[in-house]
Amino acid sequence: MNATTKPRLKTSAMIASIASEGQRVKAAPFGHALVELARQRPEIVGLTADLAKYTDLHLFAQACPERFFQMGMAEQLLMASAGGMAKEGFVPFATTYAVFGTRRAFDFVHQVIAEENLNVKMCCALPGLTTGYGPSHQAAEDLALVRAIPGMTIVDPCDALDTEQAVPAIAAHKGPVYMRLLRGNVPLVLDEYDYKFELGKAKMLRDGRDVLVISSGILTMRALEVAKALQADSVDVGVLHVPTIKPLDTATIIAEASRSGRLVVVAENHTVIGGLGEAVATALLTAGITPPFRQIALPDAFLDAGALPTLHDRYGISTEAMIQTIKGWLG
Amino acid sequence: METCDTATHARIAEHAYRIRRYALQMGEVQGQGYVGQALGYADVLATAYCHAMNFKPEDPEWEGRDRFLLSHGHYAIAHYAALIEAGILPEEELETYGSDDSRLPMSGMATYTPGMEISGGSLGQGLPIAVGIALGLRLKGNPAFVYNSMSDGELDEGSTWEAALGAAHHGLANLICLVDINNQQADGPSSKVMGFEPLADKWAAFGWHVQRVNGNDLPAVIAAFDAARQLPDARPRVILVDTLMGKGVPFLETREKNHFIRVDPPEWQQAIEILDQAQGAAR
Ligand SMILES: Cc1ncc(C[n+]2csc(CCOP(=O)(O)OP(=O)(O)O)c2C)c(N)n1
Ligand SMILES: [Mg+2]
Repeated sequence: MNATTKPRLKTSAMIASIASEGQRVKAAPFGHALVELARQRPEIVGLTADLAKYTDLHLFAQACPERFFQMGMAEQLLMASAGGMAKEGFVPFATTYAVFGTRRAFDFVHQVIAEENLNVKMCCALPGLTTGYGPSHQAAEDLALVRAIPGMTIVDPCDALDTEQAVPAIAAHKGPVYMRLLRGNVPLVLDEYDYKFELGKAKMLRDGRDVLVISSGILTMRALEVAKALQADSVDVGVLHVPTIKPLDTATIIAEASRSGRLVVVAENHTVIGGLGEAVATALLTAGITPPFRQIALPDAFLDAGALPTLHDRYGISTEAMIQTIKGWLG
Repeated sequence: METCDTATHARIAEHAYRIRRYALQMGEVQGQGYVGQALGYADVLATAYCHAMNFKPEDPEWEGRDRFLLSHGHYAIAHYAALIEAGILPEEELETYGSDDSRLPMSGMATYTPGMEISGGSLGQGLPIAVGIALGLRLKGNPAFVYNSMSDGELDEGSTWEAALGAAHHGLANLICLVDINNQQADGPSSKVMGFEPLADKWAAFGWHVQRVNGNDLPAVIAAFDAARQLPDARPRVILVDTLMGKGVPFLETREKNHFIRVDPPEWQQAIEILDQAQGAAR
């Protein structure tokens, strides 16, 4: 490999932000929102598996040291003990990375937490493809796993605003919640739109005649950029943001997808298997709605290691890649 | 404890110096990396690859090789340095560390790198894999050893202790576990994150032959490896090594301890110069 001719990208690794250069960001929206909420709700406790600093839970640990519990790097202990505290009336927020909260601790989440409908809020960082560390850290299938658990509420916030508004909402909801956690310097996007997070509700962020993008998480941020860019090509793109993956707001999705003449594109930071795309497809087909339908999602493959921007391009979830893909579909 | 002869010591010290140097060079490529761990663990890796282990550099998949599992995948920077020193990886490749399409990703992966036996980034998986490999080797009548290299953070994972029970239960004398006790995890010192002392007693109670040595005292490390290999005993062996993060570069040794040690751009070359000078003096 020739270092002089080949431009070298830094790997985004663990400490990178998903924000693009120059983008407006807000620091640690989850951590700050949880600290604020905990002041009013003494039953909130925080637990982590050696990742407080990397899930912004250190802010809670500093503000409420007596309500913070370090469980060591032991995700099964993390989830099961959070379940135990919930049985004693507390509202545990348990943080780790999405791969470890789902893949490592799955049976504990399923059996201890979900089966008894315990009030545990699992907030898991590095969802989907948000690290270049390779499959060990890339939670490409986290939504598929937790969607398959009965009674699970699943939230996939788009940005800092979504995240901070989701925190009190999931705390107010009784029962287990899996929230994809955006940590560190998190992009701030949705304040430019007439938007408020409501658990279980999908929201139209902008209307469009030609394409309807149905998206969640950071791909809503990308979809909004795509919509702005395609305006220049006179392509009118609407964006329906679905921050709650389960239970799915099928009424809104069906109503929007029923409007004829639009290509429906479901965009998600997740494998094509078992996520928002399949959930929307099932909802539409079941209702007898069959618009032209496409998925923008990660391939059914073990993903590469490398710099995050490279990987987002490679797997088609960067803004530029999405623009090209959608243009290709429109012909 | 028996110590090794001075010639062996001097030879392994030279290898350890070069492993540290390669790790710093890779760290400089990315401007970051787990160099504190690499510097701390270099003496152990030098002993493993340049003294204890049996392998053919030109044939990393040779059936008779001792298997070395990097359970703590983020120590890949240290492991690549050792693989270069062992002649398994070419030195030129270190400048690709962590870059797109490199064979040397930030977290070690079996599918990317010759000599990398497992993909270890999901911590706590190495020892259970090692149990299976040790069983398999024994069943095949293959006399090779399997080394599982792990971090002290991995002592928190239940899977580690499940494997510890399993290895003892099956009398896996061909399994040697190395634990890097650098008293560091992601959220702070291991003693604060999740205390595990008295650690030697725990492993002994689980049925293992236990040695605990200063992992930066090379003669002691060499002697521990020799003892673990030569022991006429049907128990699995563990070598607990207490190491100092940043070892060999005083300004990194004393820097505020962190999972990710902070290194400013001009400091990479300064650190390499310090290593060169110290090794020059030792020669
Ligand atoms: C199962 C699992 N849980 C969490 C992590 C995230 N993580 C990466 S390194 C690390 C610290 C573990 O301690 P140790 O390996 O001793 O850290 P070091 O000495 O390198 O600072 C953690 C929690 C992981 N990689 N795997
Ligand atoms: Mg450690």
